[in-house]
Amino acid sequence: MTAKNRWWIYVPLTVALVAVVSPFAWMVLGSFKGEGEIRRNPPTWVPEAPSLDNYTQLFSRLQFGTYFLNSAVVAVLVTAGNLLFCSMVGYALAKLEFRGKRTLFVIVMATLMIPGVVTFVPLYVLVVNAGLANSLPALILPFLVSPFGVFLMRQFIVGLPGELLDAGRVDGAGELRIFARIVLPLCGPALATLGILTFLGSWNNFLWPLVVAQQESEYTLPVALALYSTGQNSIQYGLLLAGATIVVVPVLLVFLVFQRRFIEGIATTGIK
Amino acid sequence: MSLPAPARRRGVERAAWGLILPFCLLFLVFTAWPVIQSLFMSVTDTRNRDLRTPFAVEFVGLENYVQAFTDPLFRTAAANTAYFVVVGVPLTLVIALAAAVVLDKGISRFRAFFRLGFYTPVITSIVAVAVVWRFLLQDEYGLINTVLGWFGITGPNWLGDPDWSMPALILMAAWRNFGTAMIIFLAGLQAVPASLHEAASIDGAGAFSRFRHITLPLLRPTILFVSVTTAIGYLQFFEEPYVMTNGGPLNSTISASMYTYRQFGFGNYGYASAMSYLIFVVIAVVTALQFRLLRERS
Repeated sequence: MTAKNRWWIYVPLTVALVAVVSPFAWMVLGSFKGEGEIRRNPPTWVPEAPSLDNYTQLFSRLQFGTYFLNSAVVAVLVTAGNLLFCSMVGYALAKLEFRGKRTLFVIVMATLMIPGVVTFVPLYVLVVNAGLANSLPALILPFLVSPFGVFLMRQFIVGLPGELLDAGRVDGAGELRIFARIVLPLCGPALATLGILTFLGSWNNFLWPLVVAQQESEYTLPVALALYSTGQNSIQYGLLLAGATIVVVPVLLVFLVFQRRFIEGIATTGIK
Repeated sequence: MSLPAPARRRGVERAAWGLILPFCLLFLVFTAWPVIQSLFMSVTDTRNRDLRTPFAVEFVGLENYVQAFTDPLFRTAAANTAYFVVVGVPLTLVIALAAAVVLDKGISRFRAFFRLGFYTPVITSIVAVAVVWRFLLQDEYGLINTVLGWFGITGPNWLGDPDWSMPALILMAAWRNFGTAMIIFLAGLQAVPASLHEAASIDGAGAFSRFRHITLPLLRPTILFVSVTTAIGYLQFFEEPYVMTNGGPLNSTISASMYTYRQFGFGNYGYASAMSYLIFVVIAVVTALQFRLLRERS
């Protein structure tokens, strides 16, 4: 039986696709609606009088510009740190012999799954005592490296041919130079996967920023959105939908650009 | 080689330590130390007023753990978390597997397009989608109940009814997360040799029978892996009740992570640490189980 005589399968598939994607469509369309239209029964799809009012309010009355910048700065620095530090360790574990190598690898494997809920209380105490509470470094430093990143880079670098490195050694290059000039340029696919995963993880991170950012000037987008949506003050639904759109749409666009490489990365690492 | 061997080896050793040093420092301070400190805190009466003097606290033994097991709200939270995992993981996996099978064998065109669409929710912030789903699940003018109304079904007051609040959160979690499992299943399905299916077809096996007797057994390790990683994520669910229900109605959606966070907010650091360690132990057991089962298979 070939796929040809099963055209009908596209019907449930398309229904499923519409069901999966429609919450986003409704969110984006709703962000251009006024309060009355959002609460109307039955609900509407296309805004009757589309306006950017919700967005202007987010950036003028609420400080979503600041929150956006905080999220972006944190995500970029966390990603940069992971790409650099994890590939350094990955190279050492994959291609170099040194004392403590086995121990390090065992520790990395054992801590792949440590959930944030286990560490946030003592981490908060640590950050407060170090005078870092309510600062961007408190949002960045704990996430600069990850055992998962080390594991991913190590697995990739192990597969690189040893002859390339030996050629560098014969030429008298030191290990650091070999790493920077030969290994890193070959790590493109692994770095892309790790980079996108880390950026998304940081951008969407919630528990730790919620714990440590207690002043508006340090809020990230998810924290600001969650606190506004659960706040005591009267909530404007249009602002909520516009806020959700601002959190979701930038990563959606980045994802659409890089999606092919990204999905292949997920399939090989098996971790979101 | 330009250098004699022992000098070369010393150089490699130095370089290796230089390469791993930043990771080791950051890891020790921000992961290893908090994990140990958390265990220490969980056997003390640490509260927020002890913040500046972490060693001036009383040792209370297992009191915090005993308190957790006798705290009715923690028991509710633990039961809710179990509900979320036990129903949510199979639901997510079944949807993911169905989507993967159809995309792998059922269609020849637009495969990448559907794959991309189904995967999209995974990359989005749970907080943002929870905000949106709070609208979709509204009793009166919510989109979901409107669609149900087209088929003559009167939808429940999802987030306002203690019997329907948890199913609503599970539905949303399955919607957001099945894409990851689907991608991994697709990779697993591609490793199933087509010749096996052809041979079975010639022997007269139908599509369902082939799925049951060829695909499923070969996919076992993948299913196991995906169920464990999904379960680990679901065991920590936090954003959904935080944004959508604040744990209600009648504590029907408060999760273990959320209750831990709440106790932390009250300043009960020792108690919060004990509960977080209980979550940690459950996750560690699930992970260990996975390794064990995988080893038995291979």
